[in-house]
Amino acid sequence: MATTVIDRRTEQAALRSGPSSAELLELYERMLLVRRVEERLRDDSAAGKLPGAVHLYIGEEAVAVGVCAHLGDRDYVTSTHRGHGHFLAKGGDVRAMMAEIWAKEEGICRGMGGSMHVADVSKGILGANGIVGAGLAIATGAAFGAKLDGEGKLAACFFGDGASNQGVLMETLNLSTLWELPVVFVCENNTFSEFTPSREVTAGRIADRARAFAMPTAEVDGNDVVAVWRAAADAVERARSGGGPSFIEAHTYRIQGHFEAEAFVLSGGRYRDDEEIAAWKKEEKDPVLRCRATLLASGAADEAALRAIEARVLVQVDDAVRFAEAGTPADPALAETLMFVRDEGA
Amino acid sequence: MVERRRLIQAVNDALFEEMERDPKVLVYGEDVELSITGDMRGLHEHFGHDRIRNTPICEATLTGMAVGLASVGYHAVVHMMFSNFFYTGMDAIGNQMAKLRLMTGGQVELPITIIAGYGGGAANAAQHSDSAYPVLMNLGGVNVLTPSTPADAKGLLKTAIRGRNPSFFLEPSGRGGEVGDVPDGEHLVPFGRAAVRREGGDVTVLSIGRMVKPALAAADALAGQGVSVEVIDPRTLVPFDEASLLASVEKTGHLVVVDEARECCGAASQIAAVVAEKAFHALEGPIRRVTTPNVAMPYAPNAERHVIPGEERIVAAVLSLAGRTHKATA
Ligand SMILES: Cc1ncc(C[n+]2csc(CCOP(=O)(O)OP(=O)(O)O)c2C)c(N)n1
Repeated sequence: MATTVIDRRTEQAALRSGPSSAELLELYERMLLVRRVEERLRDDSAAGKLPGAVHLYIGEEAVAVGVCAHLGDRDYVTSTHRGHGHFLAKGGDVRAMMAEIWAKEEGICRGMGGSMHVADVSKGILGANGIVGAGLAIATGAAFGAKLDGEGKLAACFFGDGASNQGVLMETLNLSTLWELPVVFVCENNTFSEFTPSREVTAGRIADRARAFAMPTAEVDGNDVVAVWRAAADAVERARSGGGPSFIEAHTYRIQGHFEAEAFVLSGGRYRDDEEIAAWKKEEKDPVLRCRATLLASGAADEAALRAIEARVLVQVDDAVRFAEAGTPADPALAETLMFVRDEGA
Repeated sequence: MVERRRLIQAVNDALFEEMERDPKVLVYGEDVELSITGDMRGLHEHFGHDRIRNTPICEATLTGMAVGLASVGYHAVVHMMFSNFFYTGMDAIGNQMAKLRLMTGGQVELPITIIAGYGGGAANAAQHSDSAYPVLMNLGGVNVLTPSTPADAKGLLKTAIRGRNPSFFLEPSGRGGEVGDVPDGEHLVPFGRAAVRREGGDVTVLSIGRMVKPALAAADALAGQGVSVEVIDPRTLVPFDEASLLASVEKTGHLVVVDEARECCGAASQIAAVVAEKAFHALEGPIRRVTTPNVAMPYAPNAERHVIPGEERIVAAVLSLAGRTHKATA
């Protein structure tokens, strides 16, 4: 049966040797950067310094970082409304992202996109997206282009458990399988779709939706960066070598609210309890703390080395916030001039 | 050199020429390989599977994939069969194509061409008969092309495929379209330039796409009654050639807009508003819209004829205005 074959492949992936010590240190530093950037965004949002909605990825960093470690600038990613982690993991510039969220001309999208829409096309970051599920078809199109280019490029598509209930998931699983497109679908199952527990709105296992197309599928602990890294290594290699699409369901948890003004819109309403959140913040669960513990236990790094990383990351975050704060307000005229490329025989 | 071609053949010629010119141009859609509508005929045999291919029925993916392809350097030409199917592919149209250039601060260009038939008159009933361009006009970020002649069809489509923006090319549905003269080879029609199809001095009739033919027939009939009608074909609704229309209304003092889309917030409503704002001083009477009423297109051919604007309704609208001046209406 097809599922048996797929499960065996998944096992093979799990057996692969993981990242080297040096690679694991890089993964750690990248996760820590995402974490510290977002903690600052959390605080600045609470302080009323950021104009729009901010959806934070705190607790899910291992997914973006573990996948993007295998991608280069020429590969593509599509992201979600919760996209800072994907942007930074794929090599996006911290200053340019921060300035974007601060609505400045220096922002990566010149202040026209904001937190939910950070993109850097020169780095293959085709954009965070405010439409849940929109990245699925965009990534499929980018993967079609990558396949026609014939240079071993691929597209990775990040989306949530909520997005998995969009019909376009079935469309893109079908088409990418038929056309053997180099796309890696990465479902970040953080157990919530806004304020609704995923189990209330999602029938069956999400990964089974991909298995129905006989697509190579892996379910991993999304808070274990090594597990994500391994599954992604397998999927990325398959895409690069012409083996078609793969699906990874990463089980993880959203620590922050759906967005930073959650308490305000819920006005006392609850959809989870504090003990649950606290459990996911513990060292056994939190992806950054877990990786830290692994580094120490394996001797890949000592406390001093980790303190040095922490200091480096904080310098980057402070620098980015200063850059954003000092930036020029976005140019309102862009709203009119940027709609079209002006070239239609006019 | 000119050649007699059907509109659908002119579209086919444009596709052959542009795919030959630029290897990054791809075509896909449902049943494009055999091409039941005829506009894609022969492309698959000539260019092969990497350049043109059939897709599953999945409009959300067809439109979204075009955005992905555009972001990585391709120009997707997507055939969506009927403009009603825009609705099932609407996210990538309304939220992605029309917006991502601005939202990314100008980082992406979205060279995409969407082709679809539109309009009633073929007893296809309401779900295959919409003239679904007003919804596109309101998005702000996509070009909307409504050719009425084979020459314009070829020239506008070639301009679209060479362009770097999303463009919607609306083919009049059914029976291959009109026959007309098409210049051979390189023939490009710029966007935003209206064509004066017939000159006249008493009333301006602006007619869109398939409505140009009944407007010209009405103008012929009215000439027999001593009313001189100027017929303007905007050729593209976005961008829209305001200057040509305003100049004509300055001359005639009267405007009738003929639009196959429904009345509410249709192209005619937008055009009437532009003229009311910018040429009020020149108007000698009210602006008249001749449109499909706010109904679903019925199936029965006689009922279709009843709701789609035709020669008689255009004649009546013109006669209600011709010869009127402000004094007369006051
Ligand atoms: C098409 C669409 N429908 C609804 C929304 C509102 N919305 C924003 S995020 C969200 C939940 C998404 O859940 P999931 O995909 O699991 O991502 P997560 O927020 O958990 O990261 C919803 C319903 C939207 N942005 N787009």
